[in-house]
Amino acid sequence: MQNYDIVVIGGGPAGLAAAAEAKKSGIDSILILERDHDLGGILNQCIHNGFGLHTFKEELTGPEYAQRFMDEVFDLKIEYKLNTMVMDITADKIVTAMNKTDGMFQIQAKAVILAMGCRERPRGALNIPGYRPAGIFSAGTAQRLVNIEGYMPGKEVVILGSGDIGLIMARRMTLEGAKVKVVAELMPYSGGLKRNIVQCLDDYGIPLKLSHTVVDIEGKERVTGITIAEVGPDMKPIPGTEEYYSCDTLLLSCGLLPENELSKTAGVELSPITSGPVVNDSLETNIEGIFACGNVLHVHDLVDFVSQEAANAGKNAAKYVKNGKTASTKEVKIKAACGVRYTVPCTIRPEEMDDTVTVRFRVGQVFKDSAITMYFGDEQVLKRKKQIMAPGEMEQVIIQKSKLADFPDISEITVKIETA
Amino acid sequence: MIYDVIIIGAGVSGCAAARELSRYQLNVCVLEREEDVCSGTSKANSAIIHAGFDAPAGSLMAKLNVEGNEMMDDLCRDLDIPFKRNGSLVVCIHKEELDGLKELYDRGVQNGVKDLKILSKEEVHKMEPNLSDNVEGALYAPTGGIICPFILNIAMAENANVNGVDFRFNTEVESLKRDDAGIWHIRTCTGEYLTKYVVNAAGVYADQFHNMVSENKIHITPRRGDYCLLDKEMGGHVSCTIFPQPTKFGKGVLVSPTVHGNLIVGPTAIDIEDKDSTATTAEGISSLIEKAGMNVKDLPVGRKVITSFAGLRAHEDHHEFIIEELKDAPGFIDCAGIESPGLSSSPAIGRMVKDILCERIKPVEKEDWIATRKGILNPTELSLEERNELIKKEPAYGQIICRCESVSEGEILDAIRRPLGARSLDGVKRRTRAGMGRCQAGFCSPRVMEILHNELGIPMEKITKSGGKSVIAPDLLKVQKGGEA
Repeated sequence: MQNYDIVVIGGGPAGLAAAAEAKKSGIDSILILERDHDLGGILNQCIHNGFGLHTFKEELTGPEYAQRFMDEVFDLKIEYKLNTMVMDITADKIVTAMNKTDGMFQIQAKAVILAMGCRERPRGALNIPGYRPAGIFSAGTAQRLVNIEGYMPGKEVVILGSGDIGLIMARRMTLEGAKVKVVAELMPYSGGLKRNIVQCLDDYGIPLKLSHTVVDIEGKERVTGITIAEVGPDMKPIPGTEEYYSCDTLLLSCGLLPENELSKTAGVELSPITSGPVVNDSLETNIEGIFACGNVLHVHDLVDFVSQEAANAGKNAAKYVKNGKTASTKEVKIKAACGVRYTVPCTIRPEEMDDTVTVRFRVGQVFKDSAITMYFGDEQVLKRKKQIMAPGEMEQVIIQKSKLADFPDISEITVKIETA
Repeated sequence: MIYDVIIIGAGVSGCAAARELSRYQLNVCVLEREEDVCSGTSKANSAIIHAGFDAPAGSLMAKLNVEGNEMMDDLCRDLDIPFKRNGSLVVCIHKEELDGLKELYDRGVQNGVKDLKILSKEEVHKMEPNLSDNVEGALYAPTGGIICPFILNIAMAENANVNGVDFRFNTEVESLKRDDAGIWHIRTCTGEYLTKYVVNAAGVYADQFHNMVSENKIHITPRRGDYCLLDKEMGGHVSCTIFPQPTKFGKGVLVSPTVHGNLIVGPTAIDIEDKDSTATTAEGISSLIEKAGMNVKDLPVGRKVITSFAGLRAHEDHHEFIIEELKDAPGFIDCAGIESPGLSSSPAIGRMVKDILCERIKPVEKEDWIATRKGILNPTELSLEERNELIKKEPAYGQIICRCESVSEGEILDAIRRPLGARSLDGVKRRTRAGMGRCQAGFCSPRVMEILHNELGIPMEKITKSGGKSVIAPDLLKVQKGGEA
């Protein structure tokens, strides 16, 4: 069995940033395991621009953004293995992996950083009735076919779901000569970033139909048409509102699910809301020495936040390798309430925490002219007004260690949305 | 050339007959309108090997079900087919209907089903803790089982092929007639085939061919069944196959683990007109969820469904298998009305068709008949050392292509290269499970397309989901075509 201080599972934006930060924090023995044939993860197929505004103050494409982190990993001489699938992780941090040249091998790690990313919700999970012909793709699969393989999945397109990849693909398919007829969204609001709705739909005259879903897929061999209908407040289609679109392609952009099958093999506790691990302020899971970051932890909107979060996980994993388990100290629970769906982290250790800890979350519906509030125990310590908040965009609050120290007896911090 | 036997349809019945006939010195050919075996009714069903207590006593269905069930252990061992006797439970949720279980028990005993037992409320809840609290008792049939229906069908076809049976795919039969010399002329979309005997194993279409040659008409209704397949996380929710008490409409909605560890819920029973109409409906799927919930509790059917699908039962008006040579069409052997328990009965159906033909032809047995088939290697059954040995020899087994089901490139290559190998994404999926997991081929389909392209020389833009017009990515990007970028 080989030994490494830190094994990073996944060489996408999260894994790269975590590994780089761990190395800079003084850990030399680091190995990144990547299942695809390149580092960079899903960014490699995101050839549009708009990445890195927060981190680099410039607009990069996905591959360019990934390259900056890859270059850092190369400069830091961090080891990595490509085309390598991790098959199992134990709670004792034995990682079993496999590739063509090394066969199946095991590594004893001192710390493990989970950075496997997420997958798209498939058609089956949406229970869309109708036939099951060719021509139904998750938006990311279509994106890979177009941007990596160089093939067009179809000419006339209907898109269900207004997640960011779906919006980006509406524009991409249009630029490649396809006709995108409509984007239908089940919810009364979009699941994607506002800027993507403007730049990818509005600028190309593609209609977005909110509170609509697909009620039938036609075509026995290849898709020949899609019927959509309006849904009521109960999310059920309203009879009589059906609209038929002839098309050869249906793209699905109906949500992303963190890929935590491996985390489960190690016994990592998952949140039923995010489907990602439950972590404390150091992004450590319930299994000591196993950390999580990026979309495997919770689905992000901007990669910049992934990189920040991952760097934090890398730094904390390095700290764990150097100092070992911290004597168990007091933990304060962070409660998501009144429109806040979840928070990452879920708990905070007032004595162990960094000087500041960023708490990220998403809201459950669109809020206009409202405020994000935070309470230490019963006392309001923050009220920040926001004109608009939507489920498609991540929000955050920052907890200061010094301020929390003024509340030594509280057992709970609450984050809420309230009227402004 | 004049074949001795032509079988119409490469479903489970046709392929069972083909394998049985491959024991003899006969020229046998299977004509299939789709691009692969197992492309109709055989691919979309409950994947259950029924014990045999359901069919009316004395019926051919009852006889072949029990025989087929008994043949399954040897067949699955010989042909390397995933099969498990997990046992079946027919559960009763109304005290006043407990007598129905006894009736079913008696019928089962009459049909020759072994080891049946009626379980009390306490016994059955102890056995299956996730049964609904309303369950008052059950009939337990330990001989009930679960199988991979694809591999059952594919394995019999491969074995028949290795033993000399021809398969012609994309060959739809249009009409057939018998000439004065007693030779059958079968017109297909790809030309005419001649044969001395015809086996009509055409599933929901069997009535059309029957009615072309016989005055005694039969009528088959496609009876659609919708199913939901749940994530492997739910595979252990029940260990037996859970049936409600049967009604005149059929065996009802079952909940069962699959042999690969998922949980299956279904089917509905909806009579339709169109013989290709396998579209699911919202009503169908929601009724499943409701009905399954009456017998099994805590089914998170909404959240854990990874796919839903529908299959068609070939329901003949008299609800009985028709396996016989037609009196007014000598040389034409029907294998019609094969609905549930058709999959369970298939080995016995094949044997019966063989017996009918042997009686007529009196063929000579082959001395070099190959009785066994080795399936696609499942590397997860190997130890770490064995797996490393394998990867050293065949590095492709070290490259995972389908991450959800952990399917390696080696397995996919085997599926393409073996006899009657896969030629489409669905062909690969049914042989290896690549694309059958929780992401439903989202990640692996471009990679499987690439392997099919490299192995078979099919251009990427011509690779299909399941043959015909089911092309995945029909065009190159402008820039790839060298045109305007």
